[in-house]
Amino acid sequence: MAPLLLKGLMFYFILNRLAQALLVMAVVSAISFSLFNFVGDPVNNMVGQDATREQRIEIRQQLGLDDPILVQYQRFMLNVVKGDFGLSYRIKQPVSQLILERLPATLELVFASAVIAVFIGIVLGVYTGIRRYSWVSKIIMSVSLIGVSLPTFIIGIGLIYLFAVYLRWLPSSGRAGVIELGGWKTSLLTVDGWRSIILPAVTLSLFQLTMILRLVRAEMLEVMRSDYIKFARARGLANRAIHFGHALRNTLVPVITIIGLNIGGLIAYSVITETVFQWPGTGLMFIQAVDFVDVPIMAAYLIFVALLFVVINLIVDILYFIVDPRIRRGGS
Amino acid sequence: MTNLLEINNLSVDFPSRRGQVSAVNKVSLAVAKGEVLGLVGESGAGKSTVGNSVINLLEPPGIISGGEIIFDGTRIDQLSNEEMRKLRGTKIGTIFQDPQTSLNPLMTIGKQLSETLIETLKISGASAREKSIELLDSVGIPDPEPRLNAYPHQFSGGMRQRVVIALALAGDPDLIIADEPTTALDVSIQKQILDLMKSLCKQRNLGVIIVTHDIGVIAEIADRVAVMYNGQLVEQGEVTQVLQKPKHDYTKSLISAVPSGDQKLHRFTVVDYIDGSTEKVTLENVSDHWLSRNKPSNTHDIAVSVKNLSIEFSIRKALFRKNRISLKAVDDVSIEIKTGESFGLVGESGSGKSTLARLIAGLYTPKSGDINIFGHNVLQKTEKIKTSLIRRKMQMIFQDPYSSLNSRMTVEDIVSEPIRFHRSTRNQSETAVVVRDLISFVGMPSTSLRKYPHEFSGGQRQRISIARALASRPEILICDEPTSALDVSVQANILNLLKDLQEELSLTMLFISHDLPVIRQMCDRVAVMQNGRICEIAETDTLFDHPNHEYSKHLLGLMPRMDLFRL
Repeated sequence: MAPLLLKGLMFYFILNRLAQALLVMAVVSAISFSLFNFVGDPVNNMVGQDATREQRIEIRQQLGLDDPILVQYQRFMLNVVKGDFGLSYRIKQPVSQLILERLPATLELVFASAVIAVFIGIVLGVYTGIRRYSWVSKIIMSVSLIGVSLPTFIIGIGLIYLFAVYLRWLPSSGRAGVIELGGWKTSLLTVDGWRSIILPAVTLSLFQLTMILRLVRAEMLEVMRSDYIKFARARGLANRAIHFGHALRNTLVPVITIIGLNIGGLIAYSVITETVFQWPGTGLMFIQAVDFVDVPIMAAYLIFVALLFVVINLIVDILYFIVDPRIRRGGS
Repeated sequence: MTNLLEINNLSVDFPSRRGQVSAVNKVSLAVAKGEVLGLVGESGAGKSTVGNSVINLLEPPGIISGGEIIFDGTRIDQLSNEEMRKLRGTKIGTIFQDPQTSLNPLMTIGKQLSETLIETLKISGASAREKSIELLDSVGIPDPEPRLNAYPHQFSGGMRQRVVIALALAGDPDLIIADEPTTALDVSIQKQILDLMKSLCKQRNLGVIIVTHDIGVIAEIADRVAVMYNGQLVEQGEVTQVLQKPKHDYTKSLISAVPSGDQKLHRFTVVDYIDGSTEKVTLENVSDHWLSRNKPSNTHDIAVSVKNLSIEFSIRKALFRKNRISLKAVDDVSIEIKTGESFGLVGESGSGKSTLARLIAGLYTPKSGDINIFGHNVLQKTEKIKTSLIRRKMQMIFQDPYSSLNSRMTVEDIVSEPIRFHRSTRNQSETAVVVRDLISFVGMPSTSLRKYPHEFSGGQRQRISIARALASRPEILICDEPTSALDVSVQANILNLLKDLQEELSLTMLFISHDLPVIRQMCDRVAVMQNGRICEIAETDTLFDHPNHEYSKHLLGLMPRMDLFRL
């Protein structure tokens, strides 16, 4: 009976979240649509200075910019649902194709930094939580302050100077060693690819790593004070079982929330990191689009980032269900 | 008979910036196999610290500064952490106070049991499972096998404490230290747990140390008792001797301060042994004071009248109505409280007594039914101004004095806030005078006005709560378990204060408690609640001497056996 009930509750819960997600996406798409009308006149960017008035009117009609705003919005939404974000004003190629080409680079970068941030963050967080007063913990905590307080681009430039310019161990920019693998261009299968992803991934992960580290530490300290840890000690359980079997899992619910939000943050921050390292991902594309007021790309990027956030949050909510049996009960 | 555990001249210190605090001072105890030793004392007496030193799990920065602990012939207070860990669980088991928090909420009961069994008995997973079922069965959990997959929140409080006991017994220890094992439980469940512990002690020939502040628990279970006061052992002996013929003055006054359910006394006996516990409350001229002024001459005989009141809480939300589950916390309740009387509300936890009080106080909105206060229907939508004026005449005192005061406000601000809000004084200087008077009425010095709540003990905080409630010049006082978080000695003082204030100010009082002796001393009439319904309403003496309803009889039967320790 229990698994059945669980399934039912989970279904209801996911349905609820999906409805909320749809609402968020509708709002975001409305905002990105409004970009077309508020960020300058696209025709100016598309034609040269010497274009005649007639040419301009013709382009406006081709793009449908003279239609009533609701008609334009409807057309935009229908196209978006079909995955068609229109042509880039600058490159004159379909935006969806441009994004798909650059997506693997960004996703691989985000994945690599998420792994670094989560893994090292949790390990160090647990360590500093348990060995609160050791000098290693004190050093880790002081260094982590730097990670939280320095902006990403400074860390990036500093790492480039140290490892690429001074020590010459790693390349300073670009994405090397790309292999085509069934339509997905990956750089994770070659040594050159690994060498080129290390610096941007570390840079991108540093802020999230320190956030996770400090959160896990604070939660560990809290949990270690709880009665069930004291009772576990009084039963003579080994330290390893107490720290990892009992304490760590109880810290996970808030930690999962923050990790979920932060992976979204990684994508958002990747704009800066990709610019610093000239990493050919969607973030770099977005920055270039902003320079040229390439509205279709900006609008599509906005919708794409929002979709990622929504999906990640949905996954986080489902993870709660798996981690904490008390949430499964529903209600209070 | 050789002693299982011997504690000789144990001293425990807590070093702090202001110097050493001596929590335990030269305490010597002994427990034999098959014997239950009760360790009794009020909060801060150091009784839990003694228990924690035996298993070497003192809260930091506590250290054992003297004496020795000998378990089964070997000295254990100097063992290394690893050696001590091997002793815990296999030789010495521990049970803590709150079963809600003693179990890991994210792990199934079966997992926690088998993990402990594998660690302590070094057995395989399969036999650990069998042994788990056996253990759960022995602590009286019915149909144990499917329950292995249940999580702690799926058990009730009493069942959870049984699981905790099973876990403590998992390594087959010789000694059990139980730290307030029944304090968080209802009386009926308390009795079951104590009976279980007693029978396990005899069956397995265990030595048991039971640490408690509740003399009723000691009378129920202990063979011998040791009384602690202020870190020192003041008396030790056979339970009947200590309870009936206590030698030490502290023990004497502690025992006499336990409220009696047998007869009604005018005042509660206070523990006069403790310095400063008999703060003299002067309630002279209260009738001329600001507190009694501005009082409309109330012609209503009935202060509060509740008719067919019901409220439901949803336990499970769902899309479809048929899948929703809701709990009727208060179910068709009707009571009338006369002006100037003390009306008691008694029942076990979950019976809906606090919910009823909160409904009357206007903190919840009922699903159906009527509430009339001084003849005015406070649930109607019209005449809202009149309703709020009437509501002001009612004030509430909450159970937990730690969370019911704002920790970032001074006592003066806390007490004066209702006066300033209602603009019930002419000017600021009058407010200051009134606040000082109020604080002295509740027996606190005027120096406390500039302090913050954390600087006070639980009893003092409850006095501040009372002063705050009085600042609205209430005519009806709702007290929701006002003393159940406090020690017996403090309880006596607070209850006497409430009695005096009620007499002087002719307050109407709704007094909620699960403690029957307290109800008997405080109330004129009593309503017994069970599962959201009223079972019986009667005059207090009638209810205690000749209860009508089966449930009232059952509750009365669970009162601690007072006869054992009347002087």
